[in-house]
Amino acid sequence: MNVFLAQQADRIELPAIDYAAILPMLIILGAACIGVLFEAFLPKHQRWPGQVVLTLLAIAAAGVALGAYVGGSPAEGTTTLSGTLSIDRPALFLWGTLLALALGAVLLIADRSIEPGGAFVAQAGIAPGTVQDRAQVGSTGMQTEVFPLALFALGGMMAFCSANDLLTMFIALEVLSLPLYLMCGLARRRRLLSQEAAVKYFLLGAFASAFFLYGLALLYGYAGSVKLADIANATAGTDRSDTLLFAGLGLLMVGLLFKGSVGPFHTWTPDVYQGAPTPVTAFMAACTKVAAFGGMLRVLTVAFESTSWEWRGVLWGVAIVSMLIGAVLGLTQTDVKRMIAYSSIAHAGFLLIGTMALTEDGLSGTLFYLLAYGFTTLAAFGVISLVRDSTGEATHLSAWAGLAKRSPLLAAVFTFLLLALAGIPLTSGFVGKFVVFSAALSDGMAPLVVIALVFSAVAAFFYLRVVVLMYFSEPAADGPTVSVPGAFTTAAITLGVAVTLLLGVLPAFALDWAGAGGFAIS
Amino acid sequence: MIASSWLLVAFPALGALILLAGGKRTDAWGHLLGCATVIASFVYGLVLFFSTSFDQASDTTLYSWIPVGALQVDFGLRIDALSVIFVLLITGVGALIHIYSIGYMSDDANRRRFFGYLNLFVASMLILVLGNSFVTLYLGWEGVGLASYLLIGWYQDRPTAATAAKKAFLMNRVGDVGLALAIFLMFKYIGSTGYAEVFAGIGDIPPAAITAIALLLLLGACGKSGQFPLQAWLPDAMEGPTPVSALIHAATMVTAGVYLIARAAPIYNLTEDGRLVVTIVGAFTLLLGSIIGCAYDDIKKVLAYSTVSQIGYMMLAVGLGPFGYALGIAHLLTHGFFKAGLFLGAGSVMHAMNDEVDMRKFGGLRSKMPITFATFGLGYLAIIGFPFLSGFFTKDAIIEAAFGQEGWRGWVFGGAALLAAGITGFYMTRLVLLTFFGKQRWREIKSSDGRDFHPHESPTVMTAPMIVLAVGSVGAGAWLILGDRLADFLAPAVGPLAESEHGVLPHAIVPWLTVLISALGVGLAWMLFGRKETAVERPQNVAWPVRAARKDLYGNALNETLVATPSLWATRFAVFLDNRGVDGAVNGLAAALGGGSGRMRRLQTGFVRSYALSMLGGTVLIVAALLMVRFS
Repeated sequence: MNVFLAQQADRIELPAIDYAAILPMLIILGAACIGVLFEAFLPKHQRWPGQVVLTLLAIAAAGVALGAYVGGSPAEGTTTLSGTLSIDRPALFLWGTLLALALGAVLLIADRSIEPGGAFVAQAGIAPGTVQDRAQVGSTGMQTEVFPLALFALGGMMAFCSANDLLTMFIALEVLSLPLYLMCGLARRRRLLSQEAAVKYFLLGAFASAFFLYGLALLYGYAGSVKLADIANATAGTDRSDTLLFAGLGLLMVGLLFKGSVGPFHTWTPDVYQGAPTPVTAFMAACTKVAAFGGMLRVLTVAFESTSWEWRGVLWGVAIVSMLIGAVLGLTQTDVKRMIAYSSIAHAGFLLIGTMALTEDGLSGTLFYLLAYGFTTLAAFGVISLVRDSTGEATHLSAWAGLAKRSPLLAAVFTFLLLALAGIPLTSGFVGKFVVFSAALSDGMAPLVVIALVFSAVAAFFYLRVVVLMYFSEPAADGPTVSVPGAFTTAAITLGVAVTLLLGVLPAFALDWAGAGGFAIS
Repeated sequence: MIASSWLLVAFPALGALILLAGGKRTDAWGHLLGCATVIASFVYGLVLFFSTSFDQASDTTLYSWIPVGALQVDFGLRIDALSVIFVLLITGVGALIHIYSIGYMSDDANRRRFFGYLNLFVASMLILVLGNSFVTLYLGWEGVGLASYLLIGWYQDRPTAATAAKKAFLMNRVGDVGLALAIFLMFKYIGSTGYAEVFAGIGDIPPAAITAIALLLLLGACGKSGQFPLQAWLPDAMEGPTPVSALIHAATMVTAGVYLIARAAPIYNLTEDGRLVVTIVGAFTLLLGSIIGCAYDDIKKVLAYSTVSQIGYMMLAVGLGPFGYALGIAHLLTHGFFKAGLFLGAGSVMHAMNDEVDMRKFGGLRSKMPITFATFGLGYLAIIGFPFLSGFFTKDAIIEAAFGQEGWRGWVFGGAALLAAGITGFYMTRLVLLTFFGKQRWREIKSSDGRDFHPHESPTVMTAPMIVLAVGSVGAGAWLILGDRLADFLAPAVGPLAESEHGVLPHAIVPWLTVLISALGVGLAWMLFGRKETAVERPQNVAWPVRAARKDLYGNALNETLVATPSLWATRFAVFLDNRGVDGAVNGLAAALGGGSGRMRRLQTGFVRSYALSMLGGTVLIVAALLMVRFS
């Protein structure tokens, strides 16, 4: 037996693993596993502190490992694990972005000062509306599994951004999605809404994954390989069936566009953003978008650059539809979380424009946009979690009337974030739009840029509506109160606002990082 | 001196930061700090003005703002003749209005915040005029828009103020899209957005692109400067406190459009079509504004439409190209003096009359408020072009230049400008007669809050700035125009002033013709309003032209039809497609009223099956389109 195994080991060559390169991801996934053990073995009262410390430490350690690796890493990038993961400059930038955003999101998740016990339910298994359910609203317990779930999702996102073949990408997609589905259903208040959001997200996500998988199969049929580089080689002058290629590409893109909440595959976004616990919404809105567009950038650039002439027109249409849906339907929203959801759909359209450019400027512009948008939206959801009434968060817009009179600082912060989402200069939103649009313009997408500018002006209307409401309306008599945020939420909001301002005033360093190099092609 | 010119912006920016972030701790001395920062910038500007030669522009780069690949946007300042003139105007008039506001806002509990916003405005406006690239200009452009928005909505308890603020913001956004597109076009064709590179490279790009850039810049200018068809927000903006109307909506921000076109002179010099459109917009707006100005009884609205009309003159002038850049700027400067003075005078009257703005309730105020009357009177004489006061020189120079055009243009533009001068005489005389002369109609009535009127002269802190501005209204025109002093000074920045040789009317006739037409307008107003008593109630049974003018010549209706209604329908259509949107809105309202999980469940009417169907539809479309692109 032992002899047999030894012979096998000779025959199967173990792939070379560049542990230094993938260390950040290993730390996150390892910490997630330890988190699961914490759940099993720690006494109940120690779980929350244990998980918070573990999660924050893991993210910090991953950040340090990433920083240590970046310095000595090859500029053109490297592939490891027999070419399944590609650790190149865009991947490293996306990892850094994901880790930083996840840090902020975890701070929001960990906060228990706004609501005793935090935003998460104590016992997810109890059916909503029952006696036990009403009893647990007041309890201070919390389902602390949310921390390892967040770490698993984060690990999946990191793998997704650097996946160099479609199969790895698919697995990463599932690793990042499944924990998110669960996390959506864990809201302490409005349980039905939350669970409905989780089920919807799950069903539609499964649907989208099926598309992705089908596209993968067709592309394998076309190229005989799932590696992005092999697909690229196959497209360069062969007599294989183009039907397989383009049908596969279309289905693959549907899976990716779904994750990026790009219209017309956005339908889950408003419901899920609204129903999920706000810290989870912040995590999804910021990090999932980064992962989805990171993956999209890599797939389009590495595998499908030579066929860009054929698919670009179609993606033009998708971008326009997304901007239209986001900007126009955002106008009629009455719930602030839904409004930010539609804003994210419009932003997905802008991001898609940069993603299509396939130039150096397009790549660095899109990466920068992801970083900027992530922090702004993270802070926005942090603010939303603070405005509350007796039933929990007061997300209906009418409750926000006259907020500036009661809480001028909060209103000023939210106004600043809305201005950033609208793209006013000296905020990161302006610089992001500017670099993405100019990259698109120099790549021959002038009409699309015109349309995008018009839609960004339209979208400014609904951001403004909230500002008007906060500053120029009389407060409702039994309006919500603004909770005094605890240290965690304060830190998360401060982080988001500071980065939004910093990237608006001094974006040069981040643009340098984003433009440090292209994808590793191998 | 030039290298540290960023201090010009830094003073008021720091002031705004301290006042807005400092909170109530700064209440006691906030207004003094607000004034001090602007005065500091003014002094710096003066020293700069006298110590530097402006024969050529000097650019200083502060730091690299957005460096990415081919796109290099630096954060830099340009000191040249044009920008330094604007710096002096903004900080000079700005300082006076800051001082005036100490008195005007003395009763307002939030006076410190008001000064914070004013400082923010001054800083943004200085960035706008000092920036050395179109992107930096855009930064200031959005900044002044934001400050203006905050200040229009100052009186938060008035719903009209919120509406006006929103309207201003939205109409400005329309213009901003134009400006942004122009900037992207420059980047596309020239590869840069800095003034130096753009002006050097503009000659090498296709003429159609030049015209497109010029027209898009004009769209931006129309939004900011209240020019047709985006003029309707400016009169509504009078909902803000009067010092704001004087500083932002008369003297400085609304003239940014004129600045933009003068700054982009090298672009406009290359496109005759672009210039023609500018002149047409200017000529049309100056007539429109003056006609509507006759119809209002609200003293600030009359002045606002007067501003629209006067900026029309400036637009007309800069649209004439080398014949008019310097004249437009000259009128901008004198207008800055006399219109700011008129607004401060109107504010002084309102201050005395329990914040009443209806001129029909005024009357005979000259004996009660002698200083206000005297300064307002000088401003009035200046704006109607009374011989040898400011308006006489600068406005007549524009009318002269308009008549200096060849063929139909001379007659049309000159005629419009001349006619509007007469109408200006009419509505301004009406305003002065109703306010300062005639019977003291306020004696028999009470103000809308039920108090008696006790008009009194304003405190010195308010009258002193009015006196200084009145001096400017009297003398600035002659000083700037005689001997082509301003034109020569500006020549390095906008090119030398050209004199027309083939005008439709001789130069010597025009000034006196203008005086004659203005006098006719004044006389007509005196016949109608000076000789007989004016009713306190507004007559309703009036002829068609008056009705039309009272409705802003249907400007709002036009905007409604052209912009608002189609977008409303588009929204409704989109919502119809997305049935969930409608249900969500309706149910959301219900949920807010009732609350509770049962209702919340109904909020969620979206069915997964319909979502999945829309995804499937999208997928089919995408795959079909990809295959069609490939095999067609």
